Amino acid sequence: MSDPEATASSGQAEQQPRLGFFTDTSVCIGCKACEVACKEWNHVPEDGLLLTGMSYDNSVGLGADTWRHVAFIEQRRPARTVLAENGPAGTGDGGEFRWLMSSDVCKHCTHAACLDVCPTGALFRTEFGTVVVQEDVCNGCGYCIPACPYGVIDQRKDDGRAWKCTMCYDRLGAGLEPACAKACPTESIQFGPLDELRERAAGRLADLHEAGVSDARLYGADPGDGVGGDGAFFLLLDEPEVYGLPPDPVVTTRDLPSIWRHAAAAAAMLAAGAAAAFAASGRRR
Amino acid sequence: MVPPAQFDSYYGKPVIKAPVWKSPQIPGYLFLGGLAGASSLIGAGAQVTGRPALARAAKAGAFGAGCVSVAALVHDLGRPARFLNMLRVFKVTSPLSVGSWLLSAYVPAAGAAAFSATTGRMPRIGAAATAGAALLGPGVAAYTAALISDTAVPAWHEGYPELPFVFAGSAATAAGGLGLLAAPADQSDPARYLAIFGIAAELAASSRLKRRIGMVAEPYRSGRGGAYLRAGQVLSVAGAAGSMLARRSRLAGAVSGATLLAASAATRWGIFHAGLDSAADPRYTIVPQRERLRERQREREHPQAQDRR
Ligand code: SF4
Ligand code: SF4
Repeated sequence: MSDPEATASSGQAEQQPRLGFFTDTSVCIGCKACEVACKEWNHVPEDGLLLTGMSYDNSVGLGADTWRHVAFIEQRRPARTVLAENGPAGTGDGGEFRWLMSSDVCKHCTHAACLDVCPTGALFRTEFGTVVVQEDVCNGCGYCIPACPYGVIDQRKDDGRAWKCTMCYDRLGAGLEPACAKACPTESIQFGPLDELRERAAGRLADLHEAGVSDARLYGADPGDGVGGDGAFFLLLDEPEVYGLPPDPVVTTRDLPSIWRHAAAAAAMLAAGAAAAFAASGRRR
Repeated sequence: MVPPAQFDSYYGKPVIKAPVWKSPQIPGYLFLGGLAGASSLIGAGAQVTGRPALARAAKAGAFGAGCVSVAALVHDLGRPARFLNMLRVFKVTSPLSVGSWLLSAYVPAAGAAAFSATTGRMPRIGAAATAGAALLGPGVAAYTAALISDTAVPAWHEGYPELPFVFAGSAATAAGGLGLLAAPADQSDPARYLAIFGIAAELAASSRLKRRIGMVAEPYRSGRGGAYLRAGQVLSVAGAAGSMLARRSRLAGAVSGATLLAASAATRWGIFHAGLDSAADPRYTIVPQRERLRERQREREHPQAQDRR
């Protein structure tokens, strides 16, 4: 109900409730069962197991072959990992050590830039309100990749096409929950109708605040944000950028009417300039 | 307002994905689209004002550049065999879709205009095609700015109000350069004027852009992007100065024309690389967004003190 836009644009006659993920990072234990389950179910190719030097993170970030990514952040509070102009500055001393873990995923935005800019219609809105690439239509133009404000979708090098999380479209169709949510042992990844998840998340946030976890905040839960709210939203324990998430993402196409107006004005300027150039030169003979 | 130098990030990794678009295909596509579109204007103007050699050169150049730009785009696709999927739907939310449709109307028109101008056959159809190409040309030259601005790439998106004017100016520079290079001295006046107009427009728009977008403009000044853009400015000024001699010397016309073409290409390469650099460094994504949030918070806390900035 709260997101008629996301499900209505799928063109389905019968209105499905919009489905989503609520990833509660406060209970994530960093087991990566979600990463593995996703790869297995969706036949996502192996893309190397790296020793990155980034705590227990081996997959670095979301990409064409990583549709769930578990981030690991080691902190000594209250100081944070602060990057100064010239590389990492001191993390400060003292404070208690803590480990942040968070399973990231495609946000299935209400206003999805990837979908808006896709020229072939390969990216589409499903009856569940999710955003999915049709791999038999994608021509690998790559436009969706820099359009996504979260850096989610990417090109598979050997195949040329764009790939990302489908929220297990095939499983949803069969009435199953996505593989990652199924595999998560701590219910850090919760799946269900978005309305219910938002209620549950608000309750969880209130509980945490009451318990003194003042750092806890929701990310992507607000339908009034720059992407109209995420279909996959999060409970975080620090600022979004600490987890590699943009603090204030905006769907690029929000500015598109103005972008088109400026382009039209520039085209008119060019035509006027050419007319002036010929007027100044006069007629020959 | 100076944004803070410090910011948090996840191990310094980029927040957004940089475009996978390749050089020379995509900067070449931007450059050639501009050259083609603005050349169609010269082609039409030259025909109307009795400059047949300039018209021939401009029309042939427009068609050639249009064809190569489409080829460059197709070559850059992950699945080139599926390029016709570009015309599977029409989406005004996708500048690439709009551009593909635009090019699919423009290139045949430019082709018919060039055929008629070079062979002298079918003058009626040639005139209609010349008019059609001239009508679509400015759009072909400017839409590529909308294409790159409609992304999350900070240097491109933040620059969307000025980039179309930079592109249109750069297109005029290139087409003027081609006219100077290929047409005899007694017909090339309009090409020279158009090039000078283009350089002025481009310089004005790009300096405004760099002033307005603050720290996000850094990649336009430093790195590979900055180097290409500086080269473009030097070449522009040199080409404009050289074009003053074009009336007297055919050679001066040709050299200054080639210089102006190179100037336009350098500008496109510079903008392309500045975008890639701004995407690769999380600072350009995070710092302005943080600043935006802080601004909003300030407004919430002191709704009456908005004029303080
Ligand atoms: S997070 Fe990115 S890839 Fe996912 S729906 Fe939003 S814009 Fe598209
Ligand atoms: S790469 Fe594929 S999914 Fe992405 S915009 Fe192009 S056609 Fe659409």
